[in-house]
Amino acid sequence: MNTEPGTILDERKAFIRYGQESGIKCEADSVSGAVSQRACVYCGARVVLNPITDAFHIVHGPIGCASYTWDIRGSLTSGSDEYRNSYSTDMTEKDVIFGGEKKLSAAIDEVVEKHSPSLIFVYATCIVGVIGDDIGSVCRAAEARHPNVRIIPVQSPGFSGTKSHGYKLACEALMDLIRPHYDQAKVKGINFLGDYNLAGEAWIVRGYLESIGIPIITTFTGDSCHKNLIRAPSAQMNIVQCAGSMTYLAKCMENEFGIPYMKISFFGVEDTSASLLRISQAVGTEENICAAKELIAREEARVNPILKEYKKRLQGKKAAVYVGGGFKAISLIRQFNALGMKTAMVGTQTGTQEDYEIIRQIADSDTVILDDANPAELETFMKEKDVDILVGGVKERPLAYKLGVAFCDHNHERRHALAGYEGVLNFVKEIDASINSPIWNYVGGCDRS
Amino acid sequence: MLDLTPNECVEREALRINPCKTCQPVGAVYAALGVHRCMPYSHGSQGCISYHRTVLSRHFKEPAPAVSSSFTEGASVFGGGSNLKTGVKNVFEIYKPDIIAIHTTCLSETIGDDIRSIIQDIEVPDGKYLVHANTPSYVGSHVYGYYNMMCGFINYLSESTGVPNGKVAIFPGWMNPGDLVEIKRLADICGLKYIMFPDQSGVMDAPLLGTYEMYPEGGTRISEIKDLGNCRCVLALGEMISAEPCFALERKCKVPHKMIPYPIGVENTDEFVMQTVKLSGIGNVPVCLENERGQLIDMMIDSHQHYSQKKVAIYGDPDTVLGVMSFVLELGMTPKYVITGTFGERFDHEAARILEVYGVKDCKVKSNADLFELHQWIKNESVDLLIGTTYGKQIAKAENIPLVRVGFPVLDRYVHSYMPIVGYRGCIRLLEMITNVFLDERDRECEDKDLEIVL
Repeated sequence: MNTEPGTILDERKAFIRYGQESGIKCEADSVSGAVSQRACVYCGARVVLNPITDAFHIVHGPIGCASYTWDIRGSLTSGSDEYRNSYSTDMTEKDVIFGGEKKLSAAIDEVVEKHSPSLIFVYATCIVGVIGDDIGSVCRAAEARHPNVRIIPVQSPGFSGTKSHGYKLACEALMDLIRPHYDQAKVKGINFLGDYNLAGEAWIVRGYLESIGIPIITTFTGDSCHKNLIRAPSAQMNIVQCAGSMTYLAKCMENEFGIPYMKISFFGVEDTSASLLRISQAVGTEENICAAKELIAREEARVNPILKEYKKRLQGKKAAVYVGGGFKAISLIRQFNALGMKTAMVGTQTGTQEDYEIIRQIADSDTVILDDANPAELETFMKEKDVDILVGGVKERPLAYKLGVAFCDHNHERRHALAGYEGVLNFVKEIDASINSPIWNYVGGCDRS
Repeated sequence: MLDLTPNECVEREALRINPCKTCQPVGAVYAALGVHRCMPYSHGSQGCISYHRTVLSRHFKEPAPAVSSSFTEGASVFGGGSNLKTGVKNVFEIYKPDIIAIHTTCLSETIGDDIRSIIQDIEVPDGKYLVHANTPSYVGSHVYGYYNMMCGFINYLSESTGVPNGKVAIFPGWMNPGDLVEIKRLADICGLKYIMFPDQSGVMDAPLLGTYEMYPEGGTRISEIKDLGNCRCVLALGEMISAEPCFALERKCKVPHKMIPYPIGVENTDEFVMQTVKLSGIGNVPVCLENERGQLIDMMIDSHQHYSQKKVAIYGDPDTVLGVMSFVLELGMTPKYVITGTFGERFDHEAARILEVYGVKDCKVKSNADLFELHQWIKNESVDLLIGTTYGKQIAKAENIPLVRVGFPVLDRYVHSYMPIVGYRGCIRLLEMITNVFLDERDRECEDKDLEIVL
């Protein structure tokens, strides 16, 4: 590999591949001492469950775990905004020594008494995993005391795996929530899994589906609530947007409730149109399919001329992608291809072997592909490939800017919708505004001749 | 969020809602970033350091490099010694820092990893250093983590060689780069020879030059931290945050200290300037500082009608809150609620003392408090202004109260970390923010006929 000596650790080399090479190492623990961009199991569980709008999330642990995940996503709500508060047992030394179960019980009681919740999630953090507080039994006992409240434990000590494991735990918690309601008659409609309603994205998709006559029973978990979630077993089909976080839940629902699932993507014109058509074909009537085709034709006729104008300004530019999950990376490569841009580097924090195989197929032969990259590697490859823009999350933004590279936020804190046809327009606008900003003319000192 | 908070206040024992603090390790990371060519190292699982880097990046809009031992289940059962050894080796190999500052997490503390003894078995390359601090997340707050890491550096590195360096050590406490630059400017004007420790300016406000430097030019040098032991004395800002490092240096190197409040507000800045003048021996306060002070007072008089007697709630880290409280009292405003999330009887006493000077009786002061409680108080009796971190934004929106963002973290605004709130100039900026937030509110809310171009 053509990299500067000393920049890439030997242990990291298997995590990095050029386009034509197969067999990338992924889904493994980070190397000790590397500046990893990854978070922990608890974080994975929390980000999946947090958008449920009327849920109370009690973090059993020291204050940091709660404060760092307080209002962490830009998930919008059309109902309760309860999920935007932060609850914690704020464990102190005494709780660590003598055990925190009593404090947790009391915290649940305080929430129940003062806020009349119907749904509470209780998260175990690193420390709880070590001292062995049995949050499962605390939750069971609390449910017995408060029969009208669902109190669901999430066994998510940070060290017990990777962030992806946290997604799985969140899915299990969601199954615990809906399983008792399995016996429902089917109604027309689908569940929308793996959308967190960032900047109202679930609303955009819901709008499309409703206009072609296919209702959404419930979303997981963007703008969902307890009452809607437990109707999930009545759906005809599940569609999965964020495959990394929600494929597991889709499989569970398939096994237990017999609901088939389909992976879709609403990022990019190509993916959005294909997904709408596939959904209408899978669960709709001829009428729904026609309506879908009409919607696609109408929206593409609206959006494509605008994209064509942007393409003139973006063609030939090189992008680097470093995002959380594989599915997002795949959609982004397609979108850049459509804009005449090259994706010169692509990496994820939690991509799977399957994701990387697709990435390998759709990326260029010399695209650098990397799993769980650190800033030193990102810097090395962004320089080597001389990219114009990085698509990433909050920690990557200042890094890109320091290198004089434009940036697009595609992480879960963003405040602009990137899904659907609307999202495509937001996306190209942001890419264009950042790549073509006059500010870049001033990088590099006053004497630039 | 906005409607949830009930008016009825009830004592909570087990539940913390909407915290006004976070945990120790992020403080340790920020302190370590104030040392030149230092890599902060979290001995724990991966999530913690990812959060800390994120919150620092959001506040400073800067990269915040830091590494972790990447604990797995195995490390949690069998101890993290081998992770630490591998991690340190990897860090020296790949990121080439001059020093690694290791801090612990709740996880490594609880499984009982003895960092000091693990470190003894690590071969450190020539001319490189390792230091550590214990920062259990379940004790205190990020403020503790900051001073514990300062103590870590002092305990490992500072030494008294018997040859005085004639300098004064300045411990600035947890400040933004803009504040640190202002403190140094004032010290320079007063002719003081000093070592500032730690010093994140030049690091967390590094310029954009088209290359990424993992270790920008700023930060206290390792040689300077060693030399702290030869200083004449310490001028420490913020008694809540700087006391422990002062004691550590005194214990180890017999360096005496003088602790004064953060120089926020007229009197607090006067005290800083007078101490600096005294220590530098220049005799009189430089004319340019008298002028800056005069300009501040001039501005205060010009604008006082717009904020006099307004009620204000202040929240955040203890020393920042006390400084801001002093200043708003000097402006003729009335602190109504003053809280910090950090524990501390000293905070309560100091706040009470300042309030007594101004004869303010009905101000609620509470340490180890949270923002939910503050919101409840405000629902029962409102205030005209909030001063504190971004996390008060929800209260501000719910109750339609203007918010002046001060402290850590400010996640939703730009430029703030470059602009000081300390010193006379910092006060002028704080005064501008406070005054204009009221004037903006008036312009926005008033009837069309009352909209005035000229005030």
